[in-house]
Amino acid sequence: MTAPAPTLDATAQLNASLLARFPESVSTETRPGYSGIIVKKENLVEVAAAIRDEFGYDLLTAVTAVDYLAENKMEVVYHAYKTTGGAGLTFRVQAERVDPIEVPSLVEIWAGADFQEREAYDLFGIRFTSHPDLRRILMWEGFDGHPLRKDWKEAFFEEETKPFKSRWPDGQHVYAEFKNPFRDNLNFPKDFDPNAYQPTGEDDLYLSLENHSLKTESGIKTDQIVVNMGPHHPSTHGVLRVAVTLDGETILGLKPVMGYLHRNHDKIGERSTYLQIMPYTDRLDYFNSMSNNLGYAITVEKLMKIPVAERAEYIRVIMAELTRIQNHLIFVGTLTNDLGAMYTPSLYAFEERELILDIFEAVSGARMMCNYLRFGGVVRDIPDDVLGKIKDLIYERLPAKTAEMERLLNDNEVLIGRLKGVHVLNAETAVRYSVTGPVLRAAGVPYDLRRADPYSVYDRFDFDVAVRHNGDMLDNYLIRFDEIWQSLKILEQALKQMPEGPVNSQKLQYQVRVPAGEAYGRIESPKGELGFYIVSNGKPTPYRYHVRPASFVNITALEEMCRGSKIQDFIALLGMLDIVMGELDR
Amino acid sequence: MEPESLSLPNYNIPEDLQHIVAVTTLERLYNWGRRSSVWPLMFGLACCAIEMIAAQTARYDLARFGMEVMRPTPRQADMLLVSGTVTKKMLPAIIRLYNQMPEPKYVVAMGACASSGGPFKEGYNVVAGIDKFLPVDVYVPGCPPTPQALIAGLIKLQEKIDKQKFKTSRWYQKGKTDPNYVPMPILGPDLIDVRRNEEFKRAAANPGGEA
Repeated sequence: MTAPAPTLDATAQLNASLLARFPESVSTETRPGYSGIIVKKENLVEVAAAIRDEFGYDLLTAVTAVDYLAENKMEVVYHAYKTTGGAGLTFRVQAERVDPIEVPSLVEIWAGADFQEREAYDLFGIRFTSHPDLRRILMWEGFDGHPLRKDWKEAFFEEETKPFKSRWPDGQHVYAEFKNPFRDNLNFPKDFDPNAYQPTGEDDLYLSLENHSLKTESGIKTDQIVVNMGPHHPSTHGVLRVAVTLDGETILGLKPVMGYLHRNHDKIGERSTYLQIMPYTDRLDYFNSMSNNLGYAITVEKLMKIPVAERAEYIRVIMAELTRIQNHLIFVGTLTNDLGAMYTPSLYAFEERELILDIFEAVSGARMMCNYLRFGGVVRDIPDDVLGKIKDLIYERLPAKTAEMERLLNDNEVLIGRLKGVHVLNAETAVRYSVTGPVLRAAGVPYDLRRADPYSVYDRFDFDVAVRHNGDMLDNYLIRFDEIWQSLKILEQALKQMPEGPVNSQKLQYQVRVPAGEAYGRIESPKGELGFYIVSNGKPTPYRYHVRPASFVNITALEEMCRGSKIQDFIALLGMLDIVMGELDR
Repeated sequence: MEPESLSLPNYNIPEDLQHIVAVTTLERLYNWGRRSSVWPLMFGLACCAIEMIAAQTARYDLARFGMEVMRPTPRQADMLLVSGTVTKKMLPAIIRLYNQMPEPKYVVAMGACASSGGPFKEGYNVVAGIDKFLPVDVYVPGCPPTPQALIAGLIKLQEKIDKQKFKTSRWYQKGKTDPNYVPMPILGPDLIDVRRNEEFKRAAANPGGEA
């Protein structure tokens, strides 16, 4: 890692000043490999408010929980950062593992904690007291158990960790279905009678919507209607469902309903070895597998404390920036699709994307699911002829084609008419809702992890953090083009500076040794901050593996963005967040 | 009109009439019409949906097979392309879409997840293959399948349509119940497949027993 590590003094100083400020309720973390502070549950809200207001950590990025079954403890871990950049602060609360497990909610302090706390409630069963709308978020109401608890076993459970011994004994494979009493991926409680079961329905969802409705306005009684969009809807970028209350055409309130693509990434990750997780990360944000690989590799390297081969650092940057370019091109294509310019702009976008995917295929063997990075570098070098192709693309084709798209679209009156002046988010709200990525920067906050908390070799390149100040849809749209130009600038420099040499500092191996401890690694993915939180206990599989996806946290602000807008702008506003369901639901 | 796909073999049509006259059966004409305009439902689930879109774009161009008209409503669609991981939470929606499609209708399981659960099979929210609920016509392997692989699968579907007979196709059979209707599963403590209620009840009463 070439990123400047925060000096021990600064961290120690911060901890000391927090201890001095709250001698009663804060204690320092003493477990080896862990960092940050432990806050007493009773004082959490008070300490969190001070962390935000007095210490300046205004952006709460990740909230997650860890189940320490052996110590009979549940821990909620918070990662807070400053939007002015620099290292973060990890603070945590611990709760006894009794029923019910209760932790105060931080939604009042950071609205961005909303969905992440709901996720912890869903998957761990931690009740966040005073949370305004504590419902299950990824699984459905009525699902039996909280899946990420360490004592919860899925229906196809075989062993705690992979590789499972049952695989291919004597050249035979036994289907997982045959080992389960229900002959399927199912688990029912004892003496469950499906004939007598009454589904609980979705009353809770609609009740939560009701809170936002205005019953009467200036004495005239109007009826509100609830519209369900999705999960099958052509414009929701996947299987997202949104329940909207409408007064005429105006949105009064809305609730995203997700989990329709919840593929149990965290649980599968906790059964898999570190290297086995790498291909799963490809399938998080399936547009940007290279970025996902990078975020995961950086986190594990942080834990392993290994360097990355110099040439590999540049290859990583090249792949990550190519990914960003194709992501933003697709964004433009799908956004114009959403606005009614069916197909033509997206056909332009996909044409360029195919060329970038050709490069991915040539280096990694797969178009979309690249699985290209390894701990300490990449899996193989870029072939010479592919390097030539990359150069052609970066120096000739992509600048020309990006300029062409700008020329065709950016002066289009219809497009400007739809986008200009439609408010998305202002800076303050965006930070409060933990929104990251282009949406935050379009609101005027120049927060780009490549500059604010540099990782890999991004500190060696000369580029501008794209930022715009109106926070309307037009800015959100144009900032994508700005970022493409900056990525091209980085790519040109990376190609010039790339040294010769090995592409991995380690020997490629199936099993890596990861010392005990925790790490939170994050990168600026095309959609925002992509974070990985990993707790290792020294075993071949992570004890806790958590993904902090940009889409999932950004969508927390969706209701705030859309309230008061017209329903016809909703799809475009949702498009601005550039969500992808694989990452959102994991 | 390609005479070889429409005309019955062994009829010697004079050369100068070949592009005007075709001798065929109603069945063959009907199948030819259907196979040349299979309209997919505009429905994406996961990663595979992106490759499905890529197959629609200029480089691969599904329009060559009459499949470029993606319908957003199931009532106008002929083919359900299950493109991605089927989760338990999503399954009722998929079944509802399938039940709303008019017959004849086809299901293509695209990718490892839709075919068998794929890399996510062990997940607690994952249905290990859409074929546990819907009759699948073509499986396309891959994770995700390349657009070429998808096109190969769709050509297989066309070949299958070519061979179908009025007498044996399941949607032309007599009977009181709709042979294709799939009862809606219920989201309970876990996914309840209502067709297997008795089996589940027995197994739940005797959890330690032999499966």
